[in-house]
Amino acid sequence: MTTRHHLDPALVAIVAVGGAVGSAVRYGVSHALPPQHGLPVGTLVENLLGAFLLGALLESLLRAGPEDDRRRKLRLGLGTGVLGGFTTYSALALEVQRLWAGGDVPLAVGYGLGTVVLGFVTATLGIVVGARLGARRERTDGGAE
Amino acid sequence: MILLLVSVLGGLGAATRFVVDGWIRGRTSGGLPVATMAINITGSLLIGFLAGALATGALEPNAYVVAATGFCGGYTTFSTASMETVRLAQEGAYRRALVAGLGTLVLTVLAAAAGVGLATALL
Repeated sequence: MTTRHHLDPALVAIVAVGGAVGSAVRYGVSHALPPQHGLPVGTLVENLLGAFLLGALLESLLRAGPEDDRRRKLRLGLGTGVLGGFTTYSALALEVQRLWAGGDVPLAVGYGLGTVVLGFVTATLGIVVGARLGARRERTDGGAE
Repeated sequence: MILLLVSVLGGLGAATRFVVDGWIRGRTSGGLPVATMAINITGSLLIGFLAGALATGALEPNAYVVAATGFCGGYTTFSTASMETVRLAQEGAYRRALVAGLGTLVLTVLAAAAGVGLATALL
């Protein structure tokens, strides 16, 4: 599927605003949750929570029906923007590299692999929750029509 | 002030990701989530370079936070990477899911290390 949404200035602006909000919240969470015994708890929480929420968002939108203008703006603003900006792969990569370079190879491997595996699990859980939300909305919409 | 700049740069990073993602998707087909992988790898290379620049004293701590936490954080994404891996597994493409999931982790960590090394060598 080839789309040209990325060339639409209004949609790019929606993603930018969402990304600004998500990044600000991430900055706050990282400050509230400093590393514990070398484990970057803040980044871990942001990434796992963000993966869960994105799974729930995308699946509920998918189940709600074909993508119209409103659903596209929700997907891009909240998903690509807020949750994309809230989660981060660069911090994860740099933290793993630092732990590794600092000689704590077990924690580096455990943190890196653990984040990826748990991110898979939380995104899957989000999809399960989103499927229920989407199915409920579908029934409500259907009843109203 | 730092929070505001992190937020603005984070928004710029997210917008850049959206445009780069659409651009790469228009030039690749099927298989692996190449666009997200490329975004996360290049963002990790950049954050490594910034961390190296901070270590050599070429970059101020505040400028580092704004560029790394703001731009690199907003540009790269873990949530989309996880979702794309789950979607591949749902389709039964387990090998590609493994390559996307583990491959991204390994390549981003190597990219971050390369960035640190590059900054240390150049600055």
